[in-house]
Amino acid sequence: MKADPKGVMTGAYFIDGDHACAEGAIAAGCRFVAGYPITPSTEVVERIAERFPLIGGMFIQMEDEIASSIAIQGGVWAGKKAMTVTSGPGFSLMMEHLGLAAMTETPCVFVDVQRAGPSTGLPTLPAQGDMMQARWGSHGDYAIIALCPNSPQESFNLTIKAFNLAEQYRVPVLLMLDECVGHMTERVVIPPADQIEITPRRYWEGPKEDLLLFKADKDLVPPMVKAGDGYNIHVTGLTHDERGYPDMTPAAQEKLVRRLVDKIRLNADAIVEYKEDQVEGAEIVVVSYGITSRVAIPAIEQARAEGMKVGHLRLITAWPFPTKRIRELSTTVRGFVVPEINFGQMVREVERWVAGRARVRLVPHGGGSVHDPKDIYAAIAYVGKG
Amino acid sequence: MARTEIKIGGFGGQGIILSGYIIGRAASIYDAKFATMIQAFGPEARGSACSAQIVVDDHEIAYPYITSPRIMVVMSQEAYTKFSPEVAEGGILITEDELVKPHSLRKDLTHYSIPATRIAEELGRKMVLNIVMMGFMTAVTGLIGVEAMRSAVKVSVPRGTEMLNSNAFNRGYEFGLGLKRA
Amino acid sequence: MTEETMDTDISLPTNRVEDFLRMERLPHIWCPGCGIGTTVNCFAHALDASGLDLKKVAIVSGIGCTGRVAGYMKLDSFHTTHGRAIPFATGLKLANPELKVVVYSGDGDLTAIGGNHFIHAARRNVNMTVILINNFIYGMTGGQVAPTTPIGATASTAPYGNFEEPFNLPYLAESCGAVYVARWTSFHVRHATKAIKDALLKKGFSFVEIMAPCPTLYSRRNRLGDGLDQMKFYRDNSEIQNGADTKTVGLSFQGKIVVGKFVDKEKPTYLESMNAFYAQKLGDQFTPYKG
Repeated sequence: MKADPKGVMTGAYFIDGDHACAEGAIAAGCRFVAGYPITPSTEVVERIAERFPLIGGMFIQMEDEIASSIAIQGGVWAGKKAMTVTSGPGFSLMMEHLGLAAMTETPCVFVDVQRAGPSTGLPTLPAQGDMMQARWGSHGDYAIIALCPNSPQESFNLTIKAFNLAEQYRVPVLLMLDECVGHMTERVVIPPADQIEITPRRYWEGPKEDLLLFKADKDLVPPMVKAGDGYNIHVTGLTHDERGYPDMTPAAQEKLVRRLVDKIRLNADAIVEYKEDQVEGAEIVVVSYGITSRVAIPAIEQARAEGMKVGHLRLITAWPFPTKRIRELSTTVRGFVVPEINFGQMVREVERWVAGRARVRLVPHGGGSVHDPKDIYAAIAYVGKG
Repeated sequence: MARTEIKIGGFGGQGIILSGYIIGRAASIYDAKFATMIQAFGPEARGSACSAQIVVDDHEIAYPYITSPRIMVVMSQEAYTKFSPEVAEGGILITEDELVKPHSLRKDLTHYSIPATRIAEELGRKMVLNIVMMGFMTAVTGLIGVEAMRSAVKVSVPRGTEMLNSNAFNRGYEFGLGLKRA
Repeated sequence: MTEETMDTDISLPTNRVEDFLRMERLPHIWCPGCGIGTTVNCFAHALDASGLDLKKVAIVSGIGCTGRVAGYMKLDSFHTTHGRAIPFATGLKLANPELKVVVYSGDGDLTAIGGNHFIHAARRNVNMTVILINNFIYGMTGGQVAPTTPIGATASTAPYGNFEEPFNLPYLAESCGAVYVARWTSFHVRHATKAIKDALLKKGFSFVEIMAPCPTLYSRRNRLGDGLDQMKFYRDNSEIQNGADTKTVGLSFQGKIVVGKFVDKEKPTYLESMNAFYAQKLGDQFTPYKG
């Protein structure tokens, strides 16, 4: 289905990643946003607060991030596409409700504009320290999807994709920006509405009495309905059966949670997205994401100029992780270089799928700024020397 | 055109960030180039010297920050003192006549200066100083097409002030062309 | 004692309650003598009497013994996280204003962990009904002290007795902006039913506190007898004071219980305020929010 033209601000703009995210959400059909101000994500909700009254959307600034992250789920069950937006400390507060959305299979979008932590850290400066929290931050086991834009244009594009994936898999989707991408201003092209593909909610179409709100189709995704349609649905964070009723047994737990995890794991081929540059035939592959994927380019170019065969694999979905591709490359390359603005998060995933078949070199960076490309170059050269 | 880094410095309220937007818009929307702007957030944004950093390139921009700007525009003495050492070897330094006294000016730099405050005052609004500077920069650097800059000015300034700002831009531009001819 | 003047003529025909329950989920989890089931009975009758289209009524609970109510009601029902029923309900209501949204939860859930949300929903006058069952203790987790536990009462985490000042809930609700505030006990089934019905039909943030015995934990630990003893206590110590100043209705350990309808006033709801304000500020540019 195509986007509703009412919200789409078709044209070319010079805007930052936060504003582009807001426009992406609007284009995706999001009409419910609950948020709480926090640097460096605030511009997203500021833009939404300005735009929504003009296009019939509901923005509410809640009393905290805990409230924001569950108000959106109320919004979804009332039939809206909904999003909340935050940064580090707020992201930590939202974790319980990320788990609730995963458990109740509530399609919604969480945006985290990452800043340097832990705790209050460096509120105005970039980091990529929430990548593992995005995957594992709520208690218990579950699976989510997380996307990592590296430019304002991609912030727009991937926000739409986040909403589409949320609907397709009935899952919370996380958009993991970083302060640099959030505040960086570049050209963003917003296409005409009829060129924006939107995934509608997968509403139940069968006979009313046959609805089982948590009984999955072949793709492991159950159908949606909304409150007020006369289904008398029950939605609970407790372990539940296909009707949604609490079923507090190990068997019910096994069945439900296995499906929640498999829903993403077994559909990973369709979800995973990455971009490759000269990876075929490379001896060294740089694996990067977000702003770091751009900072790595001068380093890669320098190494190539010196004759090294360097490929670049940029993660667009951090979660699910492109496990197959990394495993495949691990048998042909000498090593991987993983720069990230933390002390080693996604590198663990690379190591897990390389499983000792090639070298893996982390280029850590504490946050507050991006890497010096020289450090990434040095790691490439180090792995290249073998 | 290769990667060109630009830094604009001044004090809060001078329209430094707006100038960055104008350059970025002109390059990336009206001149078929790429542009990336980074604003200084944090304490720097609140101090007396603030800056906008823009990279302009014919090719897609990878590294978004500037390291040694080839072009620097400064509109305050403090910004001059603080930022001018960063200008690349052989770069261009553009200053405002009254607000900046370029002490111990580096020999390797090409220096252009304009009485933008006086011009802005002649136009009746001192606040268009930054737009005069943009016109001047356009003329002396030739980095971005003048029509692209004019379009960007028009869409970036407050509604109702387009004519005033357009005049300001043209005055700065003409002054710059005059210097180049001389 | 003030004479009771309210119209409480609501018939209580037998078995009608079954129509409002998910019978397939019974028996429920509540202990013998627990007052929560009584309040559910009142709620069902109030729904019936309200004439509301049940398809458009949604119930939201948090966590705890009362938090299980949502799961037993044959309505669109949401059993959310601890303390967060109100912000979920806020989202539900604002996203679809056609829904009548009821929050049904306990004292600990709504006023300890959820206290912040409670005060803000009341302040905003979000159009919802909050039914709070106050048993003065955390039941589900085994009898810990709550922000409602009276001074002197003991709890598993206040083994020598509670010394913290408890909330006066009607006063809290009123001062934060609730447009309807009432308190009853599970002894006062007709009054409570009427209050819930009125609250359901009230436009804005309406709040009904119902005191209910927890014989397993609160009563036993405090040697107050069984559920029936607590009901007798409610009967003998309650004083109906409709319109009472909520400042004066705080509760003490086994002291006098002031019950009644304390607040009933008109105020624009969150959505009414928003639509009116933006219509004035933005004129034709504004797209009125219809949900």
